[in-house]
Amino acid sequence: MLKAVILIGGPLKGTRFRPLSLDIPKPLFPVAGLPMIQHHIEACTRVPNLGEILIIGSYPTSDLHQFVQDMTQMYGLSIRYLQEFTALGTAGGMYHFRDQIRSGSPECFFIMNGDVCADFPLQDMAKFHISKHSLVTVMATEATRQQSLNYGCMVLKKGGEVDHYVEKPSTFVSTLINCGVYIASSDIFQTMADTFYANQQQEKLLQLNGNGKDPAYMSFEQDVLMRLAGSDRLFALPVTTWWSQLKSAGSAIYANRHYLALYRQSQPARLCAAVHGKCHIIGDVYIHPTATVHPTAVLGPNVSVGANAMVGPGVRIRESIVLAEAQIQAHSIILHSIVGRGSRVGEWARVEGTPCDPNPDKPFAKMENPPLFNTNGKLNPSITILGTCVSLTAEKILLNSVVLPHKNLTRSFKNEIIL
Amino acid sequence: MPEKKKKLDTMRALILVGGYGTRLRPLTLSRPKPLVEFANKPMLLHQIEALVEAGVTEVVLAVSYRAEQMEKELGEEAKKLGVNLIFSHESEPLGTAGPLALARDVLSSSNDPFFVLNSDIICDFPFKELVNFHRNHGREGTIVVTKVEEPSKYGVVVYGEGGRINSFIEKPQEFVSNKINAGMYILNPSVLNRIKLQPTSIEKEVFPGMAQDGELYAMELQGFWMDVGQPKDFLTGMCMYLASLRQKSPGKLYSGPGIVGNVLVDPTAKIGEGCRIGPNVTVGPGVILEDGCCVKKCTLLKGATVKEHAWLEGCIVGWRSVVGRWVRMEGTTVLGEDVIVKDELYINGGQVLPHKSIATSVPEPQIIM
Repeated sequence: MLKAVILIGGPLKGTRFRPLSLDIPKPLFPVAGLPMIQHHIEACTRVPNLGEILIIGSYPTSDLHQFVQDMTQMYGLSIRYLQEFTALGTAGGMYHFRDQIRSGSPECFFIMNGDVCADFPLQDMAKFHISKHSLVTVMATEATRQQSLNYGCMVLKKGGEVDHYVEKPSTFVSTLINCGVYIASSDIFQTMADTFYANQQQEKLLQLNGNGKDPAYMSFEQDVLMRLAGSDRLFALPVTTWWSQLKSAGSAIYANRHYLALYRQSQPARLCAAVHGKCHIIGDVYIHPTATVHPTAVLGPNVSVGANAMVGPGVRIRESIVLAEAQIQAHSIILHSIVGRGSRVGEWARVEGTPCDPNPDKPFAKMENPPLFNTNGKLNPSITILGTCVSLTAEKILLNSVVLPHKNLTRSFKNEIIL
Repeated sequence: MPEKKKKLDTMRALILVGGYGTRLRPLTLSRPKPLVEFANKPMLLHQIEALVEAGVTEVVLAVSYRAEQMEKELGEEAKKLGVNLIFSHESEPLGTAGPLALARDVLSSSNDPFFVLNSDIICDFPFKELVNFHRNHGREGTIVVTKVEEPSKYGVVVYGEGGRINSFIEKPQEFVSNKINAGMYILNPSVLNRIKLQPTSIEKEVFPGMAQDGELYAMELQGFWMDVGQPKDFLTGMCMYLASLRQKSPGKLYSGPGIVGNVLVDPTAKIGEGCRIGPNVTVGPGVILEDGCCVKKCTLLKGATVKEHAWLEGCIVGWRSVVGRWVRMEGTTVLGEDVIVKDELYINGGQVLPHKSIATSVPEPQIIM
């Protein structure tokens, strides 16, 4: 039997995803029509013999309750949410709930960071892991030399053993990076226990308890992977399938496009047909069955429309996410933008952002997460985001702007954050 | 002498057409400024028609470049109106007074006063009142003045009771008057004696002397006035003109589904379903407005097309230009002749030269060569 652990962090993390994470936990933000971590869950359900999915984080249980219930019902699988009493780090949470993970004696279990999106090669990883008698196997991918510095970098031996591991180095080490997706054997808890006691010991000795972190805090990358590197028990499996982090709101559009492309391969029925009963569709488009789209609207490529959203006559939407209950009124145009839940875009309005996709001419380039402001103190052009229940008056333009929830915009805005 | 007698009853006018109209580029790259249609009629024709209405039968057009196209097109119109057009070519720019000296023979062929006009002016032309006013005071010249809100930007005219002008003050720092020269005059042929055939400014070098001699009067203009020599003012002038049309001959304005406010539409233009046109829009001959477009404060010149769901405000769309679907254009964007703006773009304050195809947005004002 196999299990999976999805690490979703807590409300204090994921601030770069604001304002979209202001009223929905980031892991539940819908990408390509599904909550972000539902893509993880779906990948898990395709692994035969996977018995249980545990979601670990420090969000209040009430935030996840409905989702977990829906998922359990939809996939007929044991899915549970385990709430950390405080943020314990990527390994600390798993160590705290080690009995839950070990119960039923799974041979090994997947560990998936909630803020990555990918065509998860879980079965390949399991096969590789078992064949190598590995303790932990890391999903790895290629990055550019420059971008590798933002990730965990690995150097491998011929057999896939991780010879060297370093987290976010300041000088170049390797272009092979850690994807934040792993498969581990239960013995990993022994390594964690060793680290845990060593940390406790050090704590006592140095009286470090002033760094603000819980004494049980443990990072999987720093405290486990780095320790295992060179021991021939840590392996990495380099893959070439699509993978990206989903840190900033801007990367949601990019992730949306790729998940839609994956639907095209694996579940084309989820996408709207080119000759859709509802409207004119270009490329990959997801429309929730309860959304109303006028026949004269033109949607796509790479558009997701959420539940009960309304898209009026003559509307044009491209490279965008329209969340549930949003209203897009006649003749308006939405480009490279996210329209928040319950937001309203007036007639002939224009909502436009600037994509910040990876450079397509650079092989292995990843999504950049540029700072909000450039060195001149000006807002870097990025996608336009309307928070929840924002309303944009008819005929106005909103360009490269971020609007916090519940704003009523009666004039045009360009390159602004609207509080 | 017998020829002078023959022309005794002829009212004359001189229009200072001048140079290339660079301020109205890119439109004037395709067509001389006097032929650019203002409210669906060449700019110069507004003036010629008003002059004919006031009894003028001979109009001198002072031009500083070869103007075959203008002679040809205006010639036909002139014939219809029964007015004699005389083109007076300057070989070098002569300013605003020099062209009068150049046309001296024509203008002095009778003792009747003649009109002088700057060609960029749009207003309710008051030529009949001007003649009466001029004859009543009996002096050499009368200039039309108009009220402005911010006189410190202009040269103002200071005059007393009855309109006798005391002085002209350039860009006054303190308020002395809110009346400026409206660019329309009536002058006796004797004024020609004050002008030499050389580059001369009528405002700076001729009028001050006349004022000093007590020979120059000011008549206040009623109603709207605008110098439409540049795109922003062209559109403002159009709004004023359409508002005045609403007062004087509302029948010329268009009404129908989706029409808001004062809109002028050529009968050969086509308007699609679900459009919102107006206020203050001029739609030229053969223009096509496709379904669901929204156009406000714009002039669409002959043969232009605005495709579905486009949104335009404060723009001039040149002859045969095409604005794509879901395009947003604003900020005094001017498309020259035969420009194509591809679907879904945003153009803000773009000045696009003729025959260009625009494939990327122009979010900040820019000239597109």
